[in-house]
Amino acid sequence: MTEMQFLTWVRGPGLDIAVALFLLGVLWRLIEIYSLGRKADLSAPRHTPGASGWHTVFRRSVPPPGMVKRSPVSYIGGYTFHIGLAIVVFFFAPHIKLVESVTGLSWPGLPSQFVDFVAVVTMAAMVVVLVDRINKPVKRYLSTFEDWFTWTVTFLPVLTGWLAVQHLLLPYTTMLALHILSVEILLVVLPFTKLFHAFTVFGSRWYNGRVNGHKGVAV
Amino acid sequence: MSASLDKGVRVLKEVIDAPIASYFNSCVHCGLCAEACLFYTETGDPKYTPIHKLEPLRRIYEQEYTLLGRVKKRLGLSKPVTDAELAEWQELVYNSCTLCGRCSVVCPVGNDIVYMVRKFREGMSASGNAPEGIKGAAQRTITIGSPMGVKLPAVKAQMKHVEDDTGIPIPLDAEGAEYMVMLSSMEIINFPEYLGAIAKIMKQAGKTWTLCSTAFEATNAGMQIGNSDLARVIVSRIVDGAERLKVKTVISPECGHAYTALRWEGANLVGRPFTFEVKHIIEVLGEFQAQGLLKTEGKETDRLTFHDPCQLARRGGVIHQQRSLMNQVAANFVEMPDAGFMNWCCGGGGGASAIEEGEELRLEAFKKKKSQLDAVKPDRLVTACANCRIVLEEGLEHYQMDIPVVGLTEMLAEHIPDTATKSAEQQGA
Repeated sequence: MTEMQFLTWVRGPGLDIAVALFLLGVLWRLIEIYSLGRKADLSAPRHTPGASGWHTVFRRSVPPPGMVKRSPVSYIGGYTFHIGLAIVVFFFAPHIKLVESVTGLSWPGLPSQFVDFVAVVTMAAMVVVLVDRINKPVKRYLSTFEDWFTWTVTFLPVLTGWLAVQHLLLPYTTMLALHILSVEILLVVLPFTKLFHAFTVFGSRWYNGRVNGHKGVAV
Repeated sequence: MSASLDKGVRVLKEVIDAPIASYFNSCVHCGLCAEACLFYTETGDPKYTPIHKLEPLRRIYEQEYTLLGRVKKRLGLSKPVTDAELAEWQELVYNSCTLCGRCSVVCPVGNDIVYMVRKFREGMSASGNAPEGIKGAAQRTITIGSPMGVKLPAVKAQMKHVEDDTGIPIPLDAEGAEYMVMLSSMEIINFPEYLGAIAKIMKQAGKTWTLCSTAFEATNAGMQIGNSDLARVIVSRIVDGAERLKVKTVISPECGHAYTALRWEGANLVGRPFTFEVKHIIEVLGEFQAQGLLKTEGKETDRLTFHDPCQLARRGGVIHQQRSLMNQVAANFVEMPDAGFMNWCCGGGGGASAIEEGEELRLEAFKKKKSQLDAVKPDRLVTACANCRIVLEEGLEHYQMDIPVVGLTEMLAEHIPDTATKSAEQQGA
C-alpha cells in the first residue's frame, strides 16, 4: 500500500466504518444506559430556586468552594485540555471544511497559528495530567489499563495532527493519514470506554441535580 | 456461590438503575471525590476514595448491564464478585462512609456517589455483610421499638419528669393535634432537655402537639444498614401513628438520618405519598421565628459556632434556618470554614457511630472537625443532631478539647421567658 492508497483508504472506507461504529456505538450505549429507568420519587418535593437537573448540568462546570486549592492540577489541567481539544477539533479551518463537505454545515474557524498554539498547550496539559495520574497516590490507585489506553487514543490525534500541520517527522501525506487513522480509532473506542463521559456527563449531572433538587438542595 | 452472596448479587442487580449506569459510565478516575471525603483527607489512604468504595457494584453493573461486560463474562474474562470481597468492602461501605454526600457535590462529571453507596448497602445487607453494630440497632428497633432498647414506659417516665420540671403537660396520643413530635432514643436517654424545650416552645407558639405511644422513635437503623424491608417496618409505624392521630405535620427530632429516613425515603419505602407533612424541628422553629411565634429574651454572650448535620443541610436542604435561629439567641456566633452546605461530617453519620470496630478510624477522621474548630476557637459548639452531638463529644474528649456541645432547640428554649409559658398556660386553663 502506498502512502496515497493509505490516505485514500482512511479518508474513504476507513472513515465510513469508524463513523458508523461511532454512531451505532453511541446510540447503543445511550439506550443501554438510560433505558434502565428509575423509580419515581414519592416524597413531597421542596422547591428551591437554582435546584434542578439543568442547573447542575451547568453549575458543575464550576469547581465547588475550596476544591481548586485541594487539587489544582486536576482543575487547571482538566479545563485546559478540554477547552483546548474543543478549540482544536471544532475551530481548525480544515476540520470545519470536512464537516461542511459531509453535512453542509459551516462556521468561522480560528487562525491556524492560534490553533497550532492551542494544540501545543493541549498536549502539554495532557502530559501534565498524565504525570499527575502517575504521581498522585489516589489517581494511581484508581487507574486501570483503560485510563492509560484512553489517554493515548486521545493524545495521538492531537499529536499527529500537529505534526502533520508542522510537516515534522514524516511526509505530510503519511502523517495526515496517520492523523485520520488515530481519529478513527478514537471514534471507535469512545462509546465503549470512560471517554463516553463526553455523552453521559450531561445525564449524570442532570440526575444528580434532579435527585438533590427534589430535596431543595442546589448541588 | 453461597446462598447469601447469591441473594446479595440479586439485590445489587435490582438496585442498579439509569442514574447508576450513567454515573459509572461518567467516572474518569480523576480522584476528586477523595479530596471531599474526610476519611481520605485525614488518613491519606487512597482506598477511602469514595468511587472506589463502589467497585464491586460497578463490576456487577458492567457484567450484567453492558454488552461488552456480558461478552467478557461469557468468555470468562471478568472477575466475579465474591463473598470475601464483599466482606472486605464492609469497612469501605460502612465504617468509612457516613453518607455525608460531600463526594456527590464535588464530582465534576456529576456522579451522585452517596446515592450509589446507599443502594450498594442494600446488597451488602442482603449478603450478610452489614456490620454487627448497626444490625443490632436495627433488630432492636424492630423487636423492642428503639435502637437503644427504649420502650414506652421509659418515654412516659421522661414525660412525667419534664411535666414536673416545666409545669407544662406533655400530650400523648392527642388526636387532631397539629404536630406529632418524634424523638430519638438518644434524646430520651441522654438529652431529656429536648422534650422540655419542645413543650416550652409549643406552649409559647400556641400550637397543639402530641407524642404518639406507638411511634415515638424516629431513628431508622434499617435505612442505615441498607435493608429497605426493615426500614419500611420502622417508617410504617410512624405513618400509622400519624394517620391514626390525624396530625398535620410530623416533626423529626434533632437527628439527621431520622429526617432523611422519614422526609425523603419514607414515602418511597411505604410506596405512597404521605398524607401529612414531615419537617425537621429546625424547619418548624424557622417557621415559628418567621411568624413571630418564637419570642426569646437575652443572648448567649460566649463564642458559639454551629455544626451542620449533613442530613439536615447538604442532604436535607435546611441550611439557612439554623443560622437565623442562632443569631436570635447568640451575640457572638461565628462560622467554621466550610460551614453550611459544604460542612464536614462529624464522622459518625450513616450508622458509622454504631460500629465499634470503626472507632479508631472515626477518631482519625475527627481531625477534620478539629481543624475546623481550631480555626474559630469557639467556647461552645451548637448542633441539631443528637448523633452528631454524641460523636462530637467523643471526638472532643479524645483530643482533649474543652468545648461543650449543645442542641439548638434546647438553647432557644432556654431563652423563652418563663412568664411567656406560664401566662399562656393560665390562659389555656
